[in-house]
Amino acid sequence: MAINWFKYSAPTTFYGLAGKMIPWFAFSAAILFAIGLYIGFFVAPTDAQQGEFYRIMFIHVPASILSMFLYLIMAGYAALGLIFNTRLSAMMATAIAPTGALFALISLWTGALWGKPMWGTWWLWDARLTSELILLFLYLGFIALHASIDDPRRADRAAALLAIVGSVNVPIIYFSVKWWNTLHQGSTIKFSGTTMHIAMQQAMFTMLAACWLYAIAVVLARVRSIILERERNTTWIADLPEVKQ
Amino acid sequence: MISLDIWMRENPLTYVWFGSYAVALLIFAIEIAMVKHKRKITLQQVRLMRNAGDDARDEGIA
Repeated sequence: MAINWFKYSAPTTFYGLAGKMIPWFAFSAAILFAIGLYIGFFVAPTDAQQGEFYRIMFIHVPASILSMFLYLIMAGYAALGLIFNTRLSAMMATAIAPTGALFALISLWTGALWGKPMWGTWWLWDARLTSELILLFLYLGFIALHASIDDPRRADRAAALLAIVGSVNVPIIYFSVKWWNTLHQGSTIKFSGTTMHIAMQQAMFTMLAACWLYAIAVVLARVRSIILERERNTTWIADLPEVKQ
Repeated sequence: MISLDIWMRENPLTYVWFGSYAVALLIFAIEIAMVKHKRKITLQQVRLMRNAGDDARDEGIA
């Protein structure tokens, strides 16, 4: 039996589906966070050069990856909303922005914490650090622009343009360590392989999965509120059991 | 600043745990609380609108 995926792009269907999925994603995220932290702090060995400070990487790297991917997903949804005028796409883009901004903030914060003992400074205007800071400002700009326009559909269109134009910053962040002579190190994990200890890899990938699941859960929860807010004048919202209470 | 440098080198795990992981978990906790609060407020507004609509309909019928 073929599944009609377009059915789930309607807020009416997606609202219920998201509600059912949130506990699964949230519970899995909590479990994976616990496992990742255990491996990261108790199983992974101390690094020969960086000592214990390298353990910041288990949150810094997933937060950085999430901040970039979430921006691309947000821009993708914004573009879909702009091109096809679909209601849910714009709502999803609006729901992703705060989570993406928080991951960018965590990335910058943990990076500074690692930089102090390793580089001797909390911050420097390195290409990777500066482009990540611009990513945080793009997220904040998207949120501020959307909030400053009263009409939601006009706000969606204006913010979508900013998101699409800003997406050019993501490849700049990723390739900054190759294009410029930066202090920030390049990728340790490549398609050709890695020299990382297996326990370090396990901690890193478990934390990455946990961050993904957390982000999905929290974005789905936020988009449900946005759907409620925007569709409040419809009969299907009035008929919801949580509204009838 | 020098005392912080000395402290972080003497207590690297405390520095790593409280500086990065505790802060990240606190940020996640604040975000979850904000999302829950937003849902609560939105549901209250929708219920109020629904009740106001019902009252207006009842008065119209009366």
